[in-house]
Amino acid sequence: MHARFYRSLYRIRRAEEEIARIYPTDKIKSPTHLSIGQEAVAVGVCEALQPQDVVFGTYRSHACYLAKGGDLKRMMAELYGKAAGCAKGKGGSMHLIDPAHGVMGTSAVVGTTIPLAVGYAYAMQLQRQPVVVASFFGDGAVDEGVFHESINFAALKRVPLIFICENNLYAIHSHHLARHRSDNICERARTYGLPATRIEGNDTAAIYEAVSAAGQAIRERGDGPVFFECMTYRWKEHVGPGEDFALGYRSREEAAHWMAEDQVAAIGAQLPADVRRRIDAEVDAEIAEAIAFAEASPFPEPEALYTDVVAP
Amino acid sequence: MSDRLLTCVEAIREATEQEMARDPSIIVLGQGVDDPKAIYGTTRGLQQRFGPGRVFDTPLAEDGMMGVAIGAALAGLRPINIHIRMEFLLLAMNQLVNMAAKCRYMYGGSVSVPLVVRVVIGRSWGQGPQHSQALHAFFMHVPGLKVVAPSTPYDAKGCLIESLRDHDPVIFIEHRLLHQRKGHVPEASYRVPFGKARVLAEGSDITLIGISYMALECLRAQRYLATTGIRAEVIDPVSLSPLDIETIAASAAKTGRLLVVDNAWLGCGASAEIIAQVVERLQGRRQLTVHRLGFAPVPCPTTKNLENLFYPNARLIASQVYAMLRSPAEAWEPVEEPALELVEFKGPF
Repeated sequence: MHARFYRSLYRIRRAEEEIARIYPTDKIKSPTHLSIGQEAVAVGVCEALQPQDVVFGTYRSHACYLAKGGDLKRMMAELYGKAAGCAKGKGGSMHLIDPAHGVMGTSAVVGTTIPLAVGYAYAMQLQRQPVVVASFFGDGAVDEGVFHESINFAALKRVPLIFICENNLYAIHSHHLARHRSDNICERARTYGLPATRIEGNDTAAIYEAVSAAGQAIRERGDGPVFFECMTYRWKEHVGPGEDFALGYRSREEAAHWMAEDQVAAIGAQLPADVRRRIDAEVDAEIAEAIAFAEASPFPEPEALYTDVVAP
Repeated sequence: MSDRLLTCVEAIREATEQEMARDPSIIVLGQGVDDPKAIYGTTRGLQQRFGPGRVFDTPLAEDGMMGVAIGAALAGLRPINIHIRMEFLLLAMNQLVNMAAKCRYMYGGSVSVPLVVRVVIGRSWGQGPQHSQALHAFFMHVPGLKVVAPSTPYDAKGCLIESLRDHDPVIFIEHRLLHQRKGHVPEASYRVPFGKARVLAEGSDITLIGISYMALECLRAQRYLATTGIRAEVIDPVSLSPLDIETIAASAAKTGRLLVVDNAWLGCGASAEIIAQVVERLQGRRQLTVHRLGFAPVPCPTTKNLENLFYPNARLIASQVYAMLRSPAEAWEPVEEPALELVEFKGPF
């Protein structure tokens, strides 16, 4: 399991480091919200899901997309605005999708995919499909009315859904305790009638274990929905490739604690050196290939402006 | 033509039941769809026949439930999300405009949102400022949404069936005063295509465009005008987006006069859009006189005497046409026949 976790964590980390490296060249003309530091949540959840399961994500979803099996080449081409992108260049970094691998969409407006995940799960339940849906959202989305509307309906209908709150403490630059009277997201979820657990420490294995058990309970006994608050931390600025400690809303000391617990390093260190070297080499080659693919791909034809507004 | 007479309510219910029997992916959700009033009767009996999984009441959560419907549509269902007042859709604009209208495009054509939003507008019985608005222009503005507002039972059934077989979100607008309007409706299933206007009366002197309930008022005005020798052509666009501008422009080219009567405010509205598109097509080729009528540019008052001034009606339309045709403009007002659907309407809704 460690090798699987590591491959996925390293792949996301390296892909995003490359995106950050390329970003200043202006070849990626799409706002990118990097997941660096937060990979453990996407990896822990998606490794626990099955191929037929479905995820919905946020604008910070490179990690979720890649961890669920989304096509790396098509993601990179999407960031470059190329026709071969997963959304034909029309979506960009914030609108990733790969239905073949269960990535049903990410969105730029906070909280907007939460009810979509609930509706998708309702459809699966109605049609008796053995599919579990995971809804990723941040601590900022908990402020939105639609979060509460969605969680209430999900609980009412007992849909096969796992809510994943990625609590990275900040909505852009606003600390969650500047927005909430107390640190009680799980308590709020419980009032709607579903079990809610906080998972501390940005811990891939702990998230994997918890989501695996929840997924199994949903599949075997219809015990949905379930809520997890996964504590994590964003290393980079809210949007863009750089750091933002100079802004003063958070300290380098606060970040240092999370960086010391880096999951890529920690899980990598548990692997035999040769296994790790082999994974690194394979992933590095895959990323280089994806970038070359994106660079070489053509932009959409002008006619594409008018396609896919409505069904032909 | 079928000799079977149904009301719009019966036509909508029949279309829904026939389509649900044909297509198990259709579900119905909305506040009150399974209650004793059954959305004015339009959903009566559906839950008994198709079960609570396919027909269900919802929490009072318009934004969330619209998102649930969109998510279900992404999963291959065909939801009908019903709202008994258009005002309630304002609470769901985020999901409608940011998600439903955009999913196909922003995800590169990899998904569809086959969603039907049934929504009731309407004057009727002192509905006041928050129960009377017709905001179809909001939705017409947004690429990716289709907007239809049928005015006859025949078109109500055919348009709803067309909406349920379409692959994109459709806003299906029903006027409360048209709900009890009777008309010929075939029992067998049929489709009324989007983007095709319906010529309700032929004439050569002026083109009247009546949107939703105003199609009925335009027909009344046409009869008033006939007593003065003025022959008005009356067109119901039926489908507002896509809009059949060809049929409207061809009629305007024939008559040289165009009056658009909207069941809404005029500013940045459907009437402005229709006239702009007609002028773009005909300018330099045809001398045109254009005019618009619609709601007074104020919130809708509740009290009857002010409410009567707020809405355009057949008499006002006929007078306006008379003034447009007689040069220099002469004043004329027809003797008013009572609008039975108004006189007969009983509250509270």
